[in-house]
Amino acid sequence: MRTTVYVPRDAAALSNGAEAVAAAIAAEATKRDLPIRIIRNGTRGLNWLEPLVEVATAQGRHAYGPVTPKDVESLFNSDFLAAGTHPLHLGPTEEISYLKSQQRLTFTRVGVIDPVSLEDYQAHDGYAGLRRALEMAPTQIVQAVTDSGLRGRGGAAFPTGIKWKTVHDQSAAQKYVTCNADEGDSGTFADRMLMEGDPFMLIEGMTIAGIAVGATRGFIYLRAEYPHAHRALNEAIAAAYEAGYLGRDVLSSGKTFDLEVRLGAGAYICGEETSMLESLEGKRGEVRVRPPLPAIKGLFGQPTIVNNVISLASVPVILHKGAEFYKNFGVGKSRGTIPLQLAGNIKRGGLYERAFGMTLRELLYDFGGGSATGRPIRAVQVGGPLGAYIPESQFDTAIDYEALSGIGALLGHGGVVAFDDTADMAKMARYAMEFCAVESCGKCTPCRIGSTRGVELMDRILANVDRERNLQLIDELCETMLHGSLCGLGGMTPFPVQSAMKYFPEDFRRSVQ
Amino acid sequence: MNTTPARPELLDAHTREQIDLALAQYQSQPGPLLQVLHAVQHRLRYIPDAAIPIIATALNLSRAEVHGVVTFYHYFRRHPPGEHIVQICQAESCKAMRGDELNAHAKQRLKVSFHQTTADGQFTLEPVYCLGNCANSPALMIDTELHGRVDAEKFDALIAAKSAAKEHD
Ligand SMILES: Cc1cc2nc3c(=O)[nH]c(=O)nc-3n(C[C@H](O)[C@H](O)[C@H](O)COP(=O)(O)O)c2cc1C
Ligand code: SF4
Ligand code: FES
Repeated sequence: MRTTVYVPRDAAALSNGAEAVAAAIAAEATKRDLPIRIIRNGTRGLNWLEPLVEVATAQGRHAYGPVTPKDVESLFNSDFLAAGTHPLHLGPTEEISYLKSQQRLTFTRVGVIDPVSLEDYQAHDGYAGLRRALEMAPTQIVQAVTDSGLRGRGGAAFPTGIKWKTVHDQSAAQKYVTCNADEGDSGTFADRMLMEGDPFMLIEGMTIAGIAVGATRGFIYLRAEYPHAHRALNEAIAAAYEAGYLGRDVLSSGKTFDLEVRLGAGAYICGEETSMLESLEGKRGEVRVRPPLPAIKGLFGQPTIVNNVISLASVPVILHKGAEFYKNFGVGKSRGTIPLQLAGNIKRGGLYERAFGMTLRELLYDFGGGSATGRPIRAVQVGGPLGAYIPESQFDTAIDYEALSGIGALLGHGGVVAFDDTADMAKMARYAMEFCAVESCGKCTPCRIGSTRGVELMDRILANVDRERNLQLIDELCETMLHGSLCGLGGMTPFPVQSAMKYFPEDFRRSVQ
Repeated sequence: MNTTPARPELLDAHTREQIDLALAQYQSQPGPLLQVLHAVQHRLRYIPDAAIPIIATALNLSRAEVHGVVTFYHYFRRHPPGEHIVQICQAESCKAMRGDELNAHAKQRLKVSFHQTTADGQFTLEPVYCLGNCANSPALMIDTELHGRVDAEKFDALIAAKSAAKEHD
């Protein structure tokens, strides 16, 4: 009997040396003449333990980590293939409290299966949602997504079912399903982890979307910074075509759905949906004026669904287990689960999927273990570079859409970046302006010119030049950007800037060294 | 800095062929310009100015349109880069983990600023805004190889490994 050993192929695991670990394990097994099979899985999302190696035993999977090539010989000496004791032994994987306390609906297979094995996917409920959808009328599929309470996970939190209904109700010769996989928000990596760890789930979700609204063609707009996800998606798409899950006659249903990946080119603004559509058409990623909505006039002027990776990947489970099942997770108008991404100065960074409603403090301390440096967490930025900085006094806020907007913050794509008490929030405010200046699409003046002006003002404030007056000016500039910008880049850059000024005023008045 | 001939007739045969191959690969797709540019850069490592009129003619676009797209996107390069491209993340999560110290160290070690190439032509240093490795900040990418938890020591080791690999060739 060959023992199965899992070593992740996920980019984050590779970034900590997983490739060398896999090679060392293979070499050591050969040397000792032990028959093993190495599966390159996705990551479980316990990033501080990567590379996390797992072994399949009669008592389930056991985990060891973080493993370096130097540990491999001693792992074999300790008989890790039979879950032997070793300083890196973490016990049964599913019993690790960080994982055990999660409620994984979207990430249920990530880290568990071989991401590009269709067989493995099917053995773990894969394509059960599509099979169910093919038994339903398109309106029933749309209704199920509406009933589930799913709201877009890309940032704007718009109800997914309502968007689908609009596209469904259009009559057009060609409709499209597009997946926004631009994942430009700093502090976020859920899309990447899912695309690398369970790409079939996204493909299945998009296929269901196509059948629901009558779209026969889909595009995944993937950021160029994600070569590993690109590879995994292309492998999975090829396998899905091969097995008849994509193409002219999906599962012999007579329905067509074609899917391809197109690469972005390093522009944050192309995550904004109309800019993304321009870019997919091969143009400069300039934001379009709305209306018309993409659901009515989207890609190449046709009715188009634009959804985030996680929104689309949540659809198979909704169809498979029912809208009620999904809706029973969560609180208020935030239904289902949210994959949070713990990043920055945090001891246990990684992916944490759970029903909406836990507090920031629980996330940061109970699961995240506090800061990496062991110092107090002073602030968190939630929801990417356009999200507000939240001070410690507000860490008891619940993580749901309404509660966060109640304190002037936003959940966005679910990234949570922690800063310890050495962070300089004035410098972070300057950075927010600089980022806006670098990434502005240039269409409107408050964003294009305002952000450059904002950087200059911040430089003066930091250098203590006419400080109080410049603080006043930057506040006024923020108001202009807030009200005069066409899209969220210019319109939301004031959130991190003004929240930093409001909650950390002392950082803006430090003496100059 | 290397400049390229703006006139297609001055392109060498190999470069011209690579552009034609990129066009052949994607020309028939809907809205193909970005894909063509990606393919050109993939083959040549940059997009020569002289490619712009060729692409414009082939895709029935104006030169200004093609030029406008090339310059809009940070990813497209108009000059040949060094042997390796080192992209250091500048975004919040990496800042929270002393990313600015890594920037300073990298610039000092390579003796260049961002957007510059080392004197020996080995490394081009670029800023990048999130690599999706935020749970292992600070992060950087060398070509398509991602690295996490990068401190000065790890940076030097990565650079040394690339330089040593070169000497082996
Ligand atoms: C500046 C800006 C950047 C954005 N970046 C992304 C992104 O990277 N990924 C994403 O899914 N949505 C992003 N969005 C939100 C999209 O515009 C859009 O709301 C979303 O893709 C819709 O999908 P959803 O309803 O499934 O969330 C961004 C919005 C703005 C204003
Ligand atoms: S706010 Fe900025 S990014 Fe958005 S449309 Fe205006 S210029 Fe473009
Ligand atoms: S913020 Fe640096 S990798 Fe995401």
